Amino acid sequence: MGLRLPSKVLEHILSFIDSNEDRNSVSLVCKSWFETERKTRKRVFVGNCYAVSPAAVAKRFPGMRSLTLKGKPHFADYNLVPDGWGGYAWPWIEAMAAKCPSLEEIRLKRMVVTDECLEKIAASFKDFKVLVLTSCEGFSTDGIAAIAATCRNLRVLELRECIVEDLGGDWLSYFPETSTSLVSLDFSCLDSEVKISDLERLVSRSPNLKSLKLNPAVTLDGLVSLLRRAPQLTELGTGSFAAQLKPEAFSKLSEAFSNCKQLQSLSGLWDVLPEYLPALYSVCPGLTSLNLSYATVRMPDLVELLRRCSKLQKLWVMDLIEDKGLEAVASYCKELRELRVFPSAPDLDEANIPLTEQGLVFVSKGCRKLESVLYFCVQFTNAALLTIARKRPNLKCFRLCVIEPFAPDYKTNEPLDKGFKAIAEGCKDLRRLSVSGLLSDKAFKYIGKHAKKVRMLSIAFAGDSDLMLHHLLSGCESLKKLEIRDCPFGDTALLEHAAKLETMRSLWMSSCFVSFGACKLLSQKMPRLNVEVIDEHPPETRPESSPVERIYIYRTVAGPRMDTPEFVWTIHKNPEIGVSHLAIK
Amino acid sequence: MSPEEELQSNVSVASSSPTSNCISRNTLGGLKEHNYLGLSDCSSVGSSTLSPLAEDDKATISLKATELTLGLPGSQSPARDTELNLLSPVKLDEKPFFPLLPSKDEICSSSQKNNASGNKRGFSDTMDQFAEAKSSVYTEKNWMFPEAAATQSVTKKDVPQNIPKGQSSTTNNSSSPPAPKAQIVGWPPVRSYRKNTLATTCKNSDEVDGRPGFGALFVKVSMDGAPYLRKVDLRSYTNYGELSSALEKMFTTFTLGQCGSNGAAGKDMLSETKLKDLLNGKDYVLTYEDKDGDWMLVGDVPWEMFIDVCKKLKIMKGCDAIGLAAAPRAMEKSKMRA
Repeated sequence: MGLRLPSKVLEHILSFIDSNEDRNSVSLVCKSWFETERKTRKRVFVGNCYAVSPAAVAKRFPGMRSLTLKGKPHFADYNLVPDGWGGYAWPWIEAMAAKCPSLEEIRLKRMVVTDECLEKIAASFKDFKVLVLTSCEGFSTDGIAAIAATCRNLRVLELRECIVEDLGGDWLSYFPETSTSLVSLDFSCLDSEVKISDLERLVSRSPNLKSLKLNPAVTLDGLVSLLRRAPQLTELGTGSFAAQLKPEAFSKLSEAFSNCKQLQSLSGLWDVLPEYLPALYSVCPGLTSLNLSYATVRMPDLVELLRRCSKLQKLWVMDLIEDKGLEAVASYCKELRELRVFPSAPDLDEANIPLTEQGLVFVSKGCRKLESVLYFCVQFTNAALLTIARKRPNLKCFRLCVIEPFAPDYKTNEPLDKGFKAIAEGCKDLRRLSVSGLLSDKAFKYIGKHAKKVRMLSIAFAGDSDLMLHHLLSGCESLKKLEIRDCPFGDTALLEHAAKLETMRSLWMSSCFVSFGACKLLSQKMPRLNVEVIDEHPPETRPESSPVERIYIYRTVAGPRMDTPEFVWTIHKNPEIGVSHLAIK
Repeated sequence: MSPEEELQSNVSVASSSPTSNCISRNTLGGLKEHNYLGLSDCSSVGSSTLSPLAEDDKATISLKATELTLGLPGSQSPARDTELNLLSPVKLDEKPFFPLLPSKDEICSSSQKNNASGNKRGFSDTMDQFAEAKSSVYTEKNWMFPEAAATQSVTKKDVPQNIPKGQSSTTNNSSSPPAPKAQIVGWPPVRSYRKNTLATTCKNSDEVDGRPGFGALFVKVSMDGAPYLRKVDLRSYTNYGELSSALEKMFTTFTLGQCGSNGAAGKDMLSETKLKDLLNGKDYVLTYEDKDGDWMLVGDVPWEMFIDVCKKLKIMKGCDAIGLAAAPRAMEKSKMRA
């Protein structure tokens, strides 16, 4: 009776649909659409590698060309997840090698990747093209060498902020002389020196090379020689600028840069001395992205550089830029979309940098296209937040880190509730929010109520009680990832809103007051959640009412994972114990 | 055998039996009879042996009335105490496990002290408690379970008074360099990659504007047979013993079941002698590469000199390290220092 689209027609239609969210919706329509969609999906994204089994994914999407996986929780970046927690890439590589040999691209974030994995990748995927590892660990330069040596058509090899066992710079020489396909190479996180002649030859024979990010071991001379061979670069991560400034070295550098007429993105600059900055002036007018966040350059040298960057869209910088510098950015960099200001001395007590909330206010007022902010600052005010919200309702990502935990508005001594209320209410498209400073439960009432599109929320040292979590879990319709540390909420809100947790990717809670008993209850009540307790000791050695140090809860169709280390306790669902005894509310 | 050790052995025995308990590992045979909620069962093995801790676990939470009480009707729902005093009266053989937040009580009471507009906390009150708890517990290590707390001094430290308060500007006592703020793990949320990189570049290049480096001195630590490296901040330790403990913890997954690894009860402290035995005597030896590129046994020189010259650390198999220095000599020197 019903009209049925021939699958060929449906396939053709689906070829126009790229977004995985849309494809997920398509696959829910009916069985035949599910089948057609799964056979035609090329890019697969798995936000939590434990949410689904590798075999299931491989089976469902046999035509996969690109796989993106994320492993550890985000707070692993800040040392809150002990080593050995998990996030192993191997089961995925193994499964894909068996079922999806036409896989070409693998992108992994916060996962443990071993040399074995890399060798397997090299050996299994004949047309492998793209490997991007972000914040990964567990492998050595030997694994990289295997990739370089074996993947004939390798286009992209990027190691972003990985912890790599560096056995030397030989890996680079494993790129065969016949390999000419390289488009992007990023080895900035490696320590060892590579042979510059090998690198020069590689660059010379790679006409498609657009992005090159060097490690600090590459000298200025090396940089100059490479730039000469690759003037077509659009993205450059420099090596070290530590050499003594000599006039002829400087002019060679300047000249090399001025020949790179297509350069749009610049990073590295680890130890750049202010005297070298003028060598960069020629590329500034074309730059859309500038990462100075490792450059210990101060004002006014920073301004001299930045005022020439009229097309800048993305700026990462340290607080050495000061309010003054941000004022300049606000007036010169009118195209700015993303600003990140990192602390130059996060652990010291010297709060002497003149960077205050005013800097961010300047930029919010002057840069109309600003939509993404990460800002570290010692203290803040509600007034500033109100201004930012008023001026920039188009903000999509707002991460404010007030470095002093519990710091109130330093002018009025009030909590920052009003300020974050304004952000949540005013910035209707806000996708990601990180809050800090002194915040009461009220702040979370506002956030819960107004932040309808927030998908990721990070909270530390905030709130007064269970109400805080209650507000968040009963509001925040789009919430997918919630990470909380050191907040005084407990079991009630968590258990009350257990169902919400299945609509989210994950919930991380550390140093809160959630009891082990509640974890058990939650796990029993929610069959499709893995409730993992991270604790050195078996949780039963303590009373069930005692708070658990760290909990990671995530939805999954793969059941409890089998690779937990000794300090991670997955709370099993016990079929004998029903939920009839529960007395919530 | 102390009750705690007995408990541990119960745990390990029971782990192989497929009991119907809710935990995926190490189930306690003795807890079979508890109701599924299992709470406030003073008769349960767990709470009786650790009763001092349980009793200390009292706190009032303002929403007590609405709080889910997990327990049989009529039984007292144990309230939780998270007072930081948990640290100080703790005996060394019991591990405090949550030296965390200032207790809610303190937060509430200090906010009542201040006037009504909003939740004004006595900023230095809360920070003091943080500092006391955290300064003895948290350092920038990867493994941060509070086991370390049991082995370090547990007395309340003098908190430097130059922590900036909410309102006043940051006026530090200028003459002496301000004591470093109590470090909270993972705060501020800056990636360790960034911290390490900044620290390294500062070490390599000259001091910026005469400011000293960022206070951290990261060196890589590798271990024979381990799949990956670590980095440690040498300045976060004050002697070889601390370094040894930290390294032992970090690499404990790779060593073959030494000293009962993390099951060891607290009183079995990671003493310097024991670790020396472990690292120097039998299986593994701790070595370092100095500024001249030579590999030396760790422990040969005074600590201050060591952190100045050490570029890299490596945990080698004992047999591989024979040529480095006569082990008895190194031990002798360390004993002299201890």
